[in-house]
Amino acid sequence: MKVLVAVKRVIDYNVKPRVKMDGTGVDLTNVKMSMNPFDEIAVEEAIRLKEKGVATEIVAVSIGPAKAQETLRTALAMGADRAVLVQTDEEVEPLGVAKLLAKIAAEEQPQMVILGKQAIDDDNNATGQMLAALLGWPQGTFASKIDPSGGEVSVTREVDGGLETDKLKLPAVITTDLRLNEPRYASLPNIMKAKSKPLATKTPDELGVDVTRRLETLKVAEPPKRQAGDKVGSVEELIGKLKTLGVVQ
Amino acid sequence: MKTLVYVEHEGGQIKDATLAAVTAASKLGEVHALVAGSNVGAVAEAATKIAGVGKVHVADAAHLDHGLAENVAPVAAKLMETHDAFVAPATTTGKNIAPRVAALLDVMQVSEILSVEDENTFTRPIYAGNAIATVRTSDAKKVLTVRGTAFEKAAREGGSGSVEQVEAGSDTGTSSFVNLEASESERPELTSAKIIVSGGRAFGSSDQFHSLLDPLADKLGAAVGASRAAVDAGYAPNDYQVGQTGKIVAPEVYIAIGISGAIQHLAGMKDSKIIVAINKDEEAPIFQVADIGLVGDLFKIVPELTEKL
Repeated sequence: MKVLVAVKRVIDYNVKPRVKMDGTGVDLTNVKMSMNPFDEIAVEEAIRLKEKGVATEIVAVSIGPAKAQETLRTALAMGADRAVLVQTDEEVEPLGVAKLLAKIAAEEQPQMVILGKQAIDDDNNATGQMLAALLGWPQGTFASKIDPSGGEVSVTREVDGGLETDKLKLPAVITTDLRLNEPRYASLPNIMKAKSKPLATKTPDELGVDVTRRLETLKVAEPPKRQAGDKVGSVEELIGKLKTLGVVQ
Repeated sequence: MKTLVYVEHEGGQIKDATLAAVTAASKLGEVHALVAGSNVGAVAEAATKIAGVGKVHVADAAHLDHGLAENVAPVAAKLMETHDAFVAPATTTGKNIAPRVAALLDVMQVSEILSVEDENTFTRPIYAGNAIATVRTSDAKKVLTVRGTAFEKAAREGGSGSVEQVEAGSDTGTSSFVNLEASESERPELTSAKIIVSGGRAFGSSDQFHSLLDPLADKLGAAVGASRAAVDAGYAPNDYQVGQTGKIVAPEVYIAIGISGAIQHLAGMKDSKIIVAINKDEEAPIFQVADIGLVGDLFKIVPELTEKL
């Protein structure tokens, strides 16, 4: 079966985001950008499905600026077969992304779409669920284990109270949580090979999707800072403080 | 504005996060509730008692058991014909269902709101809480998820709502619940615990992590958390992880032991009311956010603390 994976180019996981002085957003000038870590897990899972002989072809899709090609090349170097970039300089919201992915899914007819549960920049945790709604497919969100067999996929989900397992009919949308797998690093030969894998470019207009934003960001500010408190010298003093604060009797 | 709060429940009990969502919704206008599930009469009854809740819409059918998003979202979307805002707790349940409702309504969800500025304007954390965005929606209908730690919980008693049975829709047949493997612990859930004791890589091994932290947690009635470093080192399971990509917590008291305070960890716990840090390195960044710090060897301090509490 064909598997579609969606990947987003975001600020690197290890970079501390700095709010711009004018309060319009987070400063991304000269900041290292990488593939959203949850999307790396999505790519890895698709590759493992292919290695198991379940997936036959992996198509990586990204929505973003021309530079998102680099993110797609990373996916190709990891093991995706080909890539599609929906190129736009607009910041597309999850609803718009879901609509674009739904169009691509209609063209590609995958049996599974795998995405990260959220992007570490806007932290919406919405695209996968929205895509599933638009396609009328079932969704397996926050997956820590997936096991497809015979037209179905069993999905173990990380929920607040433990691990929930659901059975979904294919085609289905899966969103990844941290425990699903540990993504591989692309080897140098595979990075070289990825350069010649096919990468198609489309635009939201060509796909007939209106990606006008519904949310306007009025302001971006730093969160309130915590003040460092006092240091205590002993366990007794610590317990004394906790008693004063009413934490322990 | 008429709001519809999604009531999260389990084993016949309404979850605390729902109560915070009710408070957020009450800032927008009239509060209605949706109770979806199978044999949920008692839950609906309990929902009518929540302070501030007016009408409780009840969709009761076998296919709504376990809150499967595929079956619940259409019921919520239908009710949104007569409501203006769908408000769900930002729990794994709410996060699973709300965006599906939003897409059915062609609305862009506002995720994990921290405050209601006016009926169209909300604040929400982005970049793992390293920035707070104020956003204004232009959608006529709104879909919101609510961060439970940012709003007071509405009282469970004092309301006098009424129950109305609604159309439960049909089974899409595309998904089914298999089982829930509940976290094996007598301790409270991380995201709703009042006290959390959390350990880092300094514990050195899984054995030491559990043999030192578990008794302390039991003494305090606390949940146990871990830094990503401790999880990556295999000292604690992944669902213990507090931080940017793990769980976001804001308990009354967070006790960080042997945790240096990496950005991704701080992002997950810095909204705790009181932070206590125990670390042998007095320069550790965790002390910059701690209300009470104790510099020293955790292998001596933790047993002593457990004993003397």
